[in-house]
Amino acid sequence: MTTMLRPLVIGTLAFLLVAGLAPAFPVWIVSLATLAFANALVVLGLIILWRAGLVPFGQALFYAIGAYAVALITRYTGVRDVFVLIAAGAVLSCLAAFLAGLLLARYREIFFSMLSLAMSMILYGVLVKTETLGSTDGFGVEPPTYFGYAPQGAMQLLVLFWLVLAFGAAAALLVFLYFRSVAGSLAVPVRDSEIRLEFLGVSVNRLIHLNLMIAGILAGIGGALAALSIEHVDPNMAYWTTSGGFVFVTILAGAGSVAAAFVGSFLFELLKSIAYDILPGAWQFFLGAVLLITILFLPEGIGSVFARLRRQKPQSTGATP
Amino acid sequence: MLTAFAILTDGLVYAAYLFLVAVGLSLIFGVMKILNVTHGSFYAFGAYGSAVAVGIYFERGLPAAGGFLLMILVAMAIGLILGLVLERGLLRLVYGKDEIVVVLVTYAAFLILEDVIRLIWGAGSYALYQPLGAAGTIDVGALVLSGYDIGLVALAGLIALGASFAIKHTRWGRLLTVVIFDREVAAAFGINVSAVYTFTFIVGAMLGALGGAVMAPKIAVTLGIGVEVIVLAFAVVAIGGMGSVGGALIGALLVGECRAAAVHLMPQVELFVIYAVMALVLAFRPQGLFTHAQPRKI
Amino acid sequence: MSAILAVRDLQKSFGSVVAARDINVAVPPLQTVGIIGANGAGKTTFVNMITGHLRPTSGTIVFADRDITGWPSREIARVGITRSFQVPQIFSSLTVLENMCAATAIAHASGGLFNQALTPLHSPRTLAESQAALELFRIAGYRHALAATLPQGVRKLLDIAMAVAGAPRVLLLDEPTSGISIEEKFELMDVVMTALKDRRVTVLFVEHDMDIVERYADRVLAFYDGAVIADGPPLETLENPRIQELISGPKLKAATAGAGHA
Repeated sequence: MTTMLRPLVIGTLAFLLVAGLAPAFPVWIVSLATLAFANALVVLGLIILWRAGLVPFGQALFYAIGAYAVALITRYTGVRDVFVLIAAGAVLSCLAAFLAGLLLARYREIFFSMLSLAMSMILYGVLVKTETLGSTDGFGVEPPTYFGYAPQGAMQLLVLFWLVLAFGAAAALLVFLYFRSVAGSLAVPVRDSEIRLEFLGVSVNRLIHLNLMIAGILAGIGGALAALSIEHVDPNMAYWTTSGGFVFVTILAGAGSVAAAFVGSFLFELLKSIAYDILPGAWQFFLGAVLLITILFLPEGIGSVFARLRRQKPQSTGATP
Repeated sequence: MLTAFAILTDGLVYAAYLFLVAVGLSLIFGVMKILNVTHGSFYAFGAYGSAVAVGIYFERGLPAAGGFLLMILVAMAIGLILGLVLERGLLRLVYGKDEIVVVLVTYAAFLILEDVIRLIWGAGSYALYQPLGAAGTIDVGALVLSGYDIGLVALAGLIALGASFAIKHTRWGRLLTVVIFDREVAAAFGINVSAVYTFTFIVGAMLGALGGAVMAPKIAVTLGIGVEVIVLAFAVVAIGGMGSVGGALIGALLVGECRAAAVHLMPQVELFVIYAVMALVLAFRPQGLFTHAQPRKI
Repeated sequence: MSAILAVRDLQKSFGSVVAARDINVAVPPLQTVGIIGANGAGKTTFVNMITGHLRPTSGTIVFADRDITGWPSREIARVGITRSFQVPQIFSSLTVLENMCAATAIAHASGGLFNQALTPLHSPRTLAESQAALELFRIAGYRHALAATLPQGVRKLLDIAMAVAGAPRVLLLDEPTSGISIEEKFELMDVVMTALKDRRVTVLFVEHDMDIVERYADRVLAFYDGAVIADGPPLETLENPRIQELISGPKLKAATAGAGHA
């Protein structure tokens, strides 16, 4: 248990620190961080799947479902309570992930990735062509209320940021624990030898279905939070380039640690923002170059740096962490 | 009746477009097992190159036939340069790595090339209208068919035939087939797999650029045209089977006709019918309609 | 229960190709059965049918008085029949100890996926049992080595150790000594058979090396062209001229008497 305690303590402190320091930072950073941490949830889901050797090219499907759930509920029912909204996003994306997984869990490698892509593009096609769903322009999202409390002015952003942070921390904790459970630690074995797992009695397809659902829920909540953060939804949230962005961050972060999802996501948004400012005509060039450099020189992502530091600790005679 | 005919012809034209953009991608995936996102860049470069070069040509008042030829030459030149630079300069570095990693490398290259386009040609829009006029129109009953569209279909057919013939009856084609089937066995037979890769990639790049070059008169050539094309090409290749020219053709026809039917009968599903077909085919035959399933190796 | 594993009239055809015909075998508990035959004779088909990888065209497979014909592999594994593989199926990215812990933890955390999601991987019990298993198979010295770096013999032992993590009653070994040098074959089989006897497992092993079969099997099943052509004690079966003609080749008495076994 002691090997778990350290990262938990550090993680809790980090989240509390960020929460506490937030009011001191300029608005643009807090705003950026809010979106970044919402997106980090999607990345967490991708990390779970990547560890099992699967990279879906269409996580934007669940992201968009979560986002549109929030947007549609606020627009057509007037319900503004943030917990109802997020719950709706989570439930709908969970359902979608369950249904999608029935098919998707039977595939591997590039076919898995492509089928996932196809599913997200189907949603994109539906969103673009449907008037009631806003078609190409999408529509705006009103600021939410928190159990009746409606923050004003500067507090609007701060309270949302703390909410996103809270969800992020909860997700990080749950995924952290999941990785240390029996089911969660089977990801690498799935990649190495599905046959051995089947012959140990594990249904690999069911395991992958479970992982898909976890990733789907995370992406849905991320999308819901993102919708609240940018106060707008549009079909682009389901487009392949959005999925591509999430995969990009996953590679940047690496599959090694939960923290990397948040750090990586923040860095990505920061890089994007800086690139827009400094090189408005070359931000894609810049991002492409960063991705390339990461793949070539840091194939295990930023998280691998953390992992390498951890592994330098001397081996105890007990189990490896 | 008219609608049926319109669907048929529209579908055929759209299928020609899809085939032209997808065949290069299919080839590259079949031989090198790389899902090449940069294919969208080949298309875009081809379109821009064509729009600018052929535009200048027609402005000089030179004969139309030469203009069409120039389109093809521009595409081949672009494909050669881009293909060579990318394959030798970038892909070499990641051969043998995880499939997904290679896809991401091509995605990174695509992002970079998008801004290279902006650097070279700016953010404005280019229009190439002369070839359309030069090709004229043909009246079929109540329908007016564009000569250019007919030319597109003919070109697609020619390339399909040419590619099939080349693969079956030329030495390079047979080498390609062996490498598609099993690259290790091919290497064991003394085939220079590395050269085959480079050649294939360049041919794929040329075909991608050609797709863009001939489509330039029909679209507004502007930033971002590569983005949509990539995912369309993926869909067609997934349906037809990776590495199969015949598959790309059938896939293109299937998607083209489905989309035309949607446009005329139920426009709201126009966009997603393509991906629905893709999802359906992947669900029942993940290897595509025209490839054989890979045997599992224990 | 007389036979722990009973196969009746088992048949397998792939279209017009008959890979296995009329197989009738009853294996009493704790017997060690050696399965021999040329490649393509039906040995692997037989093993694959018992372990659920292939569904028989007709016939029945009864395990501990339970009809398991046509069951999928993972359910067969759960009730107590597992196997090792010619190419060891281990988790190359993990250490030997992590491999064993994974297998042990899965064996303990029965009751479905959700239960597995809630059970922590590293419990003292899992660790102790894994350590004991590694020691039983004499590979505890490799416990922190990455599975991908292991020599072939250790990979085989790990594969077998993981197969018995769930305390199966019956274990099928697919060519356990293939790829192992002649000097090490007997050492490996000694370790394996001692461990399996300790765990009270009924063993069926497929082998091409007749010396191994002769030394370790209580009974030999000889396959030829999809059917069982001999079923008896090893010496008798391997002396049989027909078996020697079709499968094993003549025994070089002088050579085997002279060559020292490890």
